[in-house]
Amino acid sequence: MMTLGSYLVVSAVLFTIGFAGVLLRRNIIIIFMSLELMLNAANLSLVAFSRFRVSPAGLPEYHAEMLVFFVITVAAAEVAVGLAIIVALYRARRTTHIDDINQLKF
Amino acid sequence: MPSVLFWIFAAVMLVFGVLVVVNRNPVASALSLVVCFLGLSALFMSLNAYFIGIIQVLVYAGAVMVLFLFIIMLLDLRAEECRKMNWVAFAGSALVAFCLLIQLLTVIGRTRIAHEHFPALAAPVDDVRNIGQLLFSSYNLPLQVIAVLVLVATIGVIILSKRQLR
Repeated sequence: MMTLGSYLVVSAVLFTIGFAGVLLRRNIIIIFMSLELMLNAANLSLVAFSRFRVSPAGLPEYHAEMLVFFVITVAAAEVAVGLAIIVALYRARRTTHIDDINQLKF
Repeated sequence: MPSVLFWIFAAVMLVFGVLVVVNRNPVASALSLVVCFLGLSALFMSLNAYFIGIIQVLVYAGAVMVLFLFIIMLLDLRAEECRKMNWVAFAGSALVAFCLLIQLLTVIGRTRIAHEHFPALAAPVDDVRNIGQLLFSSYNLPLQVIAVLVLVATIGVIILSKRQLR
């Protein structure tokens, strides 16, 4: 049998991988993929807590799974809008490298 | 789920998660992300969340990743050439990420309930029926709000891709 902690540790490591990807990579599409990794790490810990908290009827806590459902839906919409913005940016600037996109930099 | 399977799927997920970040070729990154999401959906199923696991495969490994690959191939991105690296920024970000990991692991290690096992479920859980009932009773308003959100996203994407940004 697994403990709750093992799922939480896996979720923490996955979140850190995504976080390191956002900080270390300079390609905007890879940064976007790393954001998806972080969202999914949060989803994993939510589902682990939902399975851990069993109701008196012997069912898992479904409110956490509903939250995961909504997170997945919003993430799908976010990916569509974000990729459209990246395509528009590529059309205007001919690059996806964030060091070349620095007009707002002070 | 036997713990061997848990560790296999967790290892697959983490290894391919690292590959997403370290690959130079964006197409290889996207394909690693697909495998990573498949491992994650196996972990969801090991937690008796079958509906969420299926949704994960359909929405993420299916729709979202196809969109990613489509955009990568549309933009015709090649493997990045090696640029001059800013080593101070690199070391600083690696240090911040490492500190975050240490912090998270310390918090998890000190939490009392993290060392407890999962309690047993009463019977085989009728997952989809329960989620569907909740979705159309207590979560009816959020469901409709999210429908509007998806509609707004669709319209926004069409407008963004039709007009030339200046």
